Amino acid sequence: MSTTESAVSGLDYEETQLTLAPPGASRSELERKRGFSEGVDLSLETKDFLSGSSDEAPISGAGEPSAAKAQVVGWPPVRSFRRNVLKSCTYVKVAVDGTPYLRKVDLEAHAGYQQLLTALEEMFSCFTARNYPNETLVDPVNGTEYVPTYEDKDGDWMLIGDVPWKMFVASCKRLRLMKSSEAVDLAPRTPTGCITAR
Amino acid sequence: MTYFPEEVVEHIFDFVGSHRDRNTVSTVCKAWYQVERLSRRTVFVGNCYAIRPERVMARFPGIKSLSVKGKPHFADFNLVPYDWGGFALPWIEAAARRCPGLEELRLKRMVVTDDGLELLARSFPNFKSLVLISCEGFSTDGLAAIATYCRGLRELDLQENEVEDHGCQWLSFFPDSCTSLVSLNFGCLKGEVNGGALERLVARCPNLRSLKLNRAVSVESLNKILARASHLVDLGTGSFAVDHRTDAYHTLMNSFPKFKSLRNLSGFWDASPCCLRAVYPVCTNLTVLNLSYAPAIQGDDLIKIICLCFKLQKLWVLDSIGDKGLAVVASTCKELQELRVFPCDIYGAGTTSVTEEGLLAVSSGCPKLNSLLYFCYQMTNAALITVAKNCPHFTRFRLCILDPGKPDPVTNQPLDEGFGAIVRSCKNLRRLSLSGLLTDQVFLYIGMYAEHLEMLSIAFAGDSDKGMIYVLNGCKNLRKLEIRDCPFGDIALLKNVAKYETMRSLWMSSCDITLGGCKALAAKMPRLNVEIINENEETDEFEENLSDLHKLEKIYVYRTVAGPRNDAPDFVWTL
Repeated sequence: MSTTESAVSGLDYEETQLTLAPPGASRSELERKRGFSEGVDLSLETKDFLSGSSDEAPISGAGEPSAAKAQVVGWPPVRSFRRNVLKSCTYVKVAVDGTPYLRKVDLEAHAGYQQLLTALEEMFSCFTARNYPNETLVDPVNGTEYVPTYEDKDGDWMLIGDVPWKMFVASCKRLRLMKSSEAVDLAPRTPTGCITAR
Repeated sequence: MTYFPEEVVEHIFDFVGSHRDRNTVSTVCKAWYQVERLSRRTVFVGNCYAIRPERVMARFPGIKSLSVKGKPHFADFNLVPYDWGGFALPWIEAAARRCPGLEELRLKRMVVTDDGLELLARSFPNFKSLVLISCEGFSTDGLAAIATYCRGLRELDLQENEVEDHGCQWLSFFPDSCTSLVSLNFGCLKGEVNGGALERLVARCPNLRSLKLNRAVSVESLNKILARASHLVDLGTGSFAVDHRTDAYHTLMNSFPKFKSLRNLSGFWDASPCCLRAVYPVCTNLTVLNLSYAPAIQGDDLIKIICLCFKLQKLWVLDSIGDKGLAVVASTCKELQELRVFPCDIYGAGTTSVTEEGLLAVSSGCPKLNSLLYFCYQMTNAALITVAKNCPHFTRFRLCILDPGKPDPVTNQPLDEGFGAIVRSCKNLRRLSLSGLLTDQVFLYIGMYAEHLEMLSIAFAGDSDKGMIYVLNGCKNLRKLEIRDCPFGDIALLKNVAKYETMRSLWMSSCDITLGGCKALAAKMPRLNVEIINENEETDEFEENLSDLHKLEKIYVYRTVAGPRNDAPDFVWTL
């Protein structure tokens, strides 16, 4: 795939091309993998994984970049015991506007929104939670109100509490405690939020 | 020396400690063989199928300590089918019949049953120590039997086993008269244990030095235990998660400063950053710290602990420590000998984690570093060459670049030169795991320079049979070779067949070995078991209709004096 083609189309082909490299992989590595690309064989055979079909280009074009990493049996070489203990892909990052701290919280460790908010409160111990079901957190030092928001699988930022808990756990990629003042243009909360449902 | 009476020879042999030396001594003459075998107290069997248990017990009737290993190493990564073998019962039975003086049993990657544990518990009146590592097949009922019948038990150490949970009562089976425990590790158990029984057990064992709790043990329970066990040297903390506004948290914060003798810390299964603060007072004395099961702890919190641990010798962490955290390790932990960095996000897209920068920092800051396990997303030749120069003392070097076959991202070259530098510089290297893009060249280097190499693990590497041949012809001390997904075929397999009798085992999976190649190997070397592991459903067809050209998915070749094993499942065919 020559670079002149992409220049003409105006589309940066290399960036949109699905490869097995982690995001931010170097350009030269992408080129190396392209040299092997032929066809759309989605075989997960480990040899094909290396020598062929590195460019997993699903015909439908609906594949997510993260799915392009074929899961090879027994790789990476991590003992099953450790894998099972760390299986929590439900650990998501929590960021707080205006602070440099990053924490992680295990969504599956909590039964619902109230427990999650309590955990967030605990984690950033400067906050006190204010009257549910408004679900805001207040910094007692300066009175700033924070609203818990999350980024879902589609990359949209949503207010916490709109969808049933389990749906939230499945779709939440990360959390952000956003200053209330900045949260105005998020999707408005539906009148019957699910937080009060207990 | 043959003119000395036996008692004198035996006394001299007391000073001959290592297995290798004792084995050598026993081959000198018949008299020495006899003296040696009757005075041998410790036996290590690296492959349970290399010799029949009865033969071991008959030769060494006086053994007090027995270690046996079962499944091949790649079983850890689910490459060996579930019921392949490695049964402990024949060993326990043979020992029960012939060696009633047995005091210690150590099993790794074996299938242990509750019946086996009960037989063990009842058969050896002086039994003191049971260590099970990566085993499976037993439940808490078997542990209850150990607790009940092993009077004078000093050590029960369960590491990363699959144990079926049949309830929390097994700990209660330690009788009130049991006061001898020195080491108790049940970190791998999934279920709850009876908190009261645990506290009472700890309270009545004044010699308890090592206690590793499982995830189900709460901070409240931990507090009660710590109040009774102030001489602990080694602690696995249990869950370690508690709200900072509770009494339990304050008790925790106040109890740690009292532990003057604490040197090893692990566990932290659900630890949150605020709970981690409790351990700051003991950090300056720690020599071993294992935070690799604490995914909730991020880089900044890790740094806060590590910058206090200047006596640390062994550190296990997750890659959330980041290159920045590793730089702190490098500047703080000048006594560091072993570092393991595990991946947090096994299927992840590689967001934060560690790169060659982190490894470079540690290699230059920690001059005593000799053992490394490092999972990362990329590595460069330049970094490896510098690491080799900084750390010539590596005995174990395992690098796992998570993307199979990934080249040096800066030069786009294979990592041959980097690993070549490691084997050239580290003259005492005994264990090596390779990863990244590698050609036959790296194997040429390994064959040439890795004189003391005993174990080599290869995945997704090499171009041709030459690679494997370089290794087989070169590494004089090679004992275990395990290979997956490499283009090595029958020519490599058959080039140096005598080599396999000098090794413990060879594992090859997803390579280019054919049935014909294996048949030829088996025909040439009758004292090897050439096992073919075939997981296809059509096993009948497998035995009759397969041509010699059929490529084999998995083979396991090992030297043995026991002949083909009689407990092989249907899918294992020994040629």
